[in-house]
Amino acid sequence: MKQVITLNVNGAPYAVAVYPSQTLNEVLREELNLTGVKLGCGSGDCGACTVLVDGLAVSSCLSLAVDMEGKAITTVEGLAPSGEVLHPIQESFIEKGAIQCGFCTAGMEMSAFHLLKYNPSPTEAEIKEAISGNLCRCTGYVKIIEAIADAGHKMANTGGETS
Amino acid sequence: MNQFSIVGKDVPRNDARAKATGSAIYTDDVKLPGMLYGQILRSPFPHARILHIDTSQAASLPGVRCVMTGEDTPKVKYGNWRLFPETQDEYPLAIDKVRFIGDEVAAVAAVDPDIAQEALSLIKVEYEELPGVFDVDAAIKEGAPIIHDYCPSNISVNRKIKYGDIDKAFAESDYVREDTFHVHAVSHAYLEPCAAVAQCDLDGRITLWTSTQVPYIIQCLLASTLQMRENDIRIIKPFVGGGFGGKMELRTWEFCAAFMAKKTGRPVKFTLTREEEFLTGRRRHPMTIHSKVGFKKDGTLTAKDLKIYLDGGAYNAMGPTATFLCGNFGAMLYRYPSYRFHGQHVYTNKPPASAMRGFGAPQSIFATETQMSLAAEELGLDPLDIRLKNAQVSGDTIPDVATISSCGFIEALNKVAEMSDWREKRKTLPKGRGIGIGCYSFISGGVFNWFNTQYPFSAAEVRAFDDGTAHLLTMAADIGQGCDTVLKQILAEAFGLTMEDIRITSADTAITPQADLGAWGSRLTLMNGNAVLDAANKIKAQLFGAVSARFNLNVIHEIECKDGKVYPKGRPDRSLSFGEAVAMAQKINRGEPLVARGYYTPRNKGLVTPSFSFGAQVAEVEVDQATGVVQVQKFWTAHDCGTAINPMAVEGQLEGSIQMGLGYALSEQFVMEGGKTLNTNFLDYKMPSSMDVPPSEVVHIETYEPEGPMGAKEAGEGLAIPTAPAIADAVCHATGYRCKDLPITPEKILRAKRDR
Ligand code: FES
Ligand code: FES
Repeated sequence: MKQVITLNVNGAPYAVAVYPSQTLNEVLREELNLTGVKLGCGSGDCGACTVLVDGLAVSSCLSLAVDMEGKAITTVEGLAPSGEVLHPIQESFIEKGAIQCGFCTAGMEMSAFHLLKYNPSPTEAEIKEAISGNLCRCTGYVKIIEAIADAGHKMANTGGETS
Repeated sequence: MNQFSIVGKDVPRNDARAKATGSAIYTDDVKLPGMLYGQILRSPFPHARILHIDTSQAASLPGVRCVMTGEDTPKVKYGNWRLFPETQDEYPLAIDKVRFIGDEVAAVAAVDPDIAQEALSLIKVEYEELPGVFDVDAAIKEGAPIIHDYCPSNISVNRKIKYGDIDKAFAESDYVREDTFHVHAVSHAYLEPCAAVAQCDLDGRITLWTSTQVPYIIQCLLASTLQMRENDIRIIKPFVGGGFGGKMELRTWEFCAAFMAKKTGRPVKFTLTREEEFLTGRRRHPMTIHSKVGFKKDGTLTAKDLKIYLDGGAYNAMGPTATFLCGNFGAMLYRYPSYRFHGQHVYTNKPPASAMRGFGAPQSIFATETQMSLAAEELGLDPLDIRLKNAQVSGDTIPDVATISSCGFIEALNKVAEMSDWREKRKTLPKGRGIGIGCYSFISGGVFNWFNTQYPFSAAEVRAFDDGTAHLLTMAADIGQGCDTVLKQILAEAFGLTMEDIRITSADTAITPQADLGAWGSRLTLMNGNAVLDAANKIKAQLFGAVSARFNLNVIHEIECKDGKVYPKGRPDRSLSFGEAVAMAQKINRGEPLVARGYYTPRNKGLVTPSFSFGAQVAEVEVDQATGVVQVQKFWTAHDCGTAINPMAVEGQLEGSIQMGLGYALSEQFVMEGGKTLNTNFLDYKMPSSMDVPPSEVVHIETYEPEGPMGAKEAGEGLAIPTAPAIADAVCHATGYRCKDLPITPEKILRAKRDR
């Protein structure tokens, strides 16, 4: 039996009818068409599906949608809501060449977002640690780590997040 | 030295913004009204005869719209080696027999994925189990079970190369050594699982969105297996989340999506799970490599006799190419005055191996490099010196096979030695620490027409507009490696425009010009780049005509496109803007738009490739004496890719290659039992994470490749080759354990220590 829940996604409330067995990933992608959220493994091992739930980085493939009632969810689509001005993390990923196939990118950015929120000027070791649950097969992580450090600087200089 | 404006610059990717914002559409993101969801039923046995399949219960489950087996299909075999139809050994769904665990037996399409899944469990298949073979030795033994009836020996491809008087050369050698190497299977592990969405138009034509590296090959093979005309199939490649060789053949779900869309009149989507990917997905060929090499006392090579068995799994897939290439690469890097190669591709009851980044070279060159270091030790030479002594140079030939065009190998060896402080460290590093070297060479696209295409190997269409912009259309497939950006850079450079002035449409077989063989063998920068230049030059000829007429130029004037203008060289005062020149050319042609097609097909370039990349890498490691755990401290790489069109993208390729090479050397492997893959998730299949990747330094050796566009050649795959041999060499330097059998595990290191 489906039940109707209210999800607060990227600052807007959505009433959706979901099965108790449905994951947050499925609901975001299939019901809300937020396909920026990826599915790389479905078992919590790759990080491609990472979103923020009440400010914490979470694997959306392992979270049940029904548990999300009343929680604030941020997806990659929420990083730059206007679509015109990008978030510094996104800018840095673009400029530093941190994106190749792009399938890990949304998850990486969300993990970076989570890190920089609590630790605006992380060391390289802290960045590596923060994205250690996000697999990337293309970049060898080097430029991703550079991009996150760069975004940290940008955010410090502009006095925090832009969104 | 760099006379370019945009080529050679760190231009951000064309698609980076779409990917950074999550708006880039990948195949599984495609959703169409009324779409059905497909699932595949796979064989639980490695080798069995199918006696009977009963789909009636599954078909009557509410919500199920289509159930199909091999019997419903036109039963046309397919395979990429169309030039040799006998190598085409696969059906979209099994007919009569299954040959590996995961072999596709039936497919279901239903209104939601859960119903499709449930329907799978209602299909009854009666099997008669057959004995299976799981390694090369078992497969080629007298009386071994026959996997394909047409091939009683289980050896499906034989490839031989021979030049020089090898027996005489060995007889006259001062030192001969023979070694056997075993290299293992690894997964492409692209982050995006395979997916396909098919839609059937009202007139019966098919459109297929699919996560592929080879839209044109899919178009042709889908047409033949569905018994339709090629032009009735349209393949669109959305954004692709990596491929590395694992997405370069027609696959079951692509066929089934198309077949079922036609049958049901509704769009059909298939998306593989990660478990399916690991359990049944393509992989790098395991090989057994017997190599005998001869030297003079001073380290000069005299001969090499190479025998390789490829463990191909249940079907040929891209195995024939891997068989050819591992033999060609056996003769690369160093000058072998005589050489003999015999490669044999062997069927086993395992998931098929296929193309994977490096395509036969990582395996073959692992043996080459390890043997060079071993020989150096025995001959009392520095491993660097034995390489320098024998290194190939520009102009060298492999008789009847290839000629080496540009080559920065010796420079790369010297550079990497200098950067890493090789000579000092090789002498002075303490026990437990070591430094090792690995080298590579790779192709810039293949010249052998195994697909038997009737079109040029690469094509481009360029349209120029009077608003000062241009549109590039190409079938080249960007799968993350960045060819859309690189091709745009080449066109922008040729036209003297900016990246913003160029629009690109790529990889849609109904719109982009016929044809392009796809993204494999590091072919796109060179081959498609040349096609883009060909088209650009045709347009430029018209623009030059217009400028010449406008300024009444003497015919001896050279004209160029630069900074958005077209003008006689050295006379920018007599210039038209690009848009004005286009407008004028269009006027001259009475309104006809300015459009040109360009092509490239390598001709007279031997059997392998028009040009080779070269490079060398040094790894420094620390091995924990108690646990045997290897920690790579640093990599130094010097590589020659000709002109780096986009240095940032080249670096990205290098860094990704190191990650893949690191996994190949130390942590990644399939754990198999009786043909079954046991580690089917990212927790158990250990691909390096951000915590595992060591620092690295890189130097680009400047060469200019005359056959490549603006001097460019291969940059994406070769770099995946040197890492494993460099680490193995360093581990030996640190511990005395010489790995001939990848991966290098703590267990092997400790066992070697104990046995000593
Ligand atoms: S898809 Fe959720 S962790 Fe991989
Ligand atoms: S960019 Fe391809 S997986 Fe990270």
